[in-house]
Amino acid sequence: MNWNSWNDFLAMGGYAPYVWGSFGVVLAAIGVEQLILALQREDAGTAVRLEILRLRGKR
Amino acid sequence: MTHLEGTTVSASHTLHTVRHAGGGKRWLRYAAPQSFFPLAGRAIPWLLGAALLLAAVGLYLGLVAAPPDRQQGDAYRIIFVHVPAAWLSMVIYVAMAIWAGVGLVFNTRLSSMMASALAPTGAMFTVLALWTGALWGRPTWGAWWVWDARLTSELLLLFLYLGFMALQAALDDSRRADRAGAVLALVGVVNVPVIYFSVQWWNTLHQGSSLSARGASMAPVMLHGMLVMTLALWAYAIAAVLQRLRCIVLERERHTDWVRQFYVESKR
Repeated sequence: MNWNSWNDFLAMGGYAPYVWGSFGVVLAAIGVEQLILALQREDAGTAVRLEILRLRGKR
Repeated sequence: MTHLEGTTVSASHTLHTVRHAGGGKRWLRYAAPQSFFPLAGRAIPWLLGAALLLAAVGLYLGLVAAPPDRQQGDAYRIIFVHVPAAWLSMVIYVAMAIWAGVGLVFNTRLSSMMASALAPTGAMFTVLALWTGALWGRPTWGAWWVWDARLTSELLLLFLYLGFMALQAALDDSRRADRAGAVLALVGVVNVPVIYFSVQWWNTLHQGSSLSARGASMAPVMLHGMLVMTLALWAYAIAAVLQRLRCIVLERERHTDWVRQFYVESKR
């Protein structure tokens, strides 16, 4: 075991901002990408729905 | 499963034509968007689950099990996200160029859609490689950024991704956008070996490859942590690309019967 305590682990040998900043930014980027993808999915669904409505209107 | 049944009629119709053209090759049927769409949908939860599990193991190995580095202390732990992100940024670009090239040569629409789906995730991992690199450079080199070969060519990779995306967004006709994007992606692919070999070709501040023909330049537990984290981000990247691909397929194919049928069935 490399860490004596929880605080020791969080301090990352004095490099906490760099190490946690790196792991944090990866997590944040994945979160943002998933959010954008959820919105994109909604937009794609709307586009298909509009197309269906347009075709119904033609009939 | 019920929402898939609506697609079987139109899918089997295309299956027939594709099989005819492909000389009876069964796997070719997945080249048709309507066959690939439900397949991708089924794969996504498994890929995300695998990413989560692998990340848990990788983070344990990298942050808990691995000892600090003799020279860099705990700052080196950035390697467990930096190297996987940098590898993915290059692998995704090569995959994007190949799919774009296949779409350009064979005029297969799913290949071009795949290239478009890969670009944003590739750009994201390029930003992450640069960002985590800056956070690693500051404590070890004393600088967030230096204009050396490795860093500059990776920055160029980001501009290639952004250029590809901007070019595709600027053209209204999706087939023209596919072709223009493919040319850009294929020209830009020469940058990938430049990034990879830059640490050998030029004098650089960036450290050498972690993995090479001579083996790994680190302790086994560090190497395992790095490889498991790579697999985790790889699984996530494939899932995200498939999620985006499904959006692109729906939008581009919304005029086809199978998409409308799929939509109606899925809402039932």
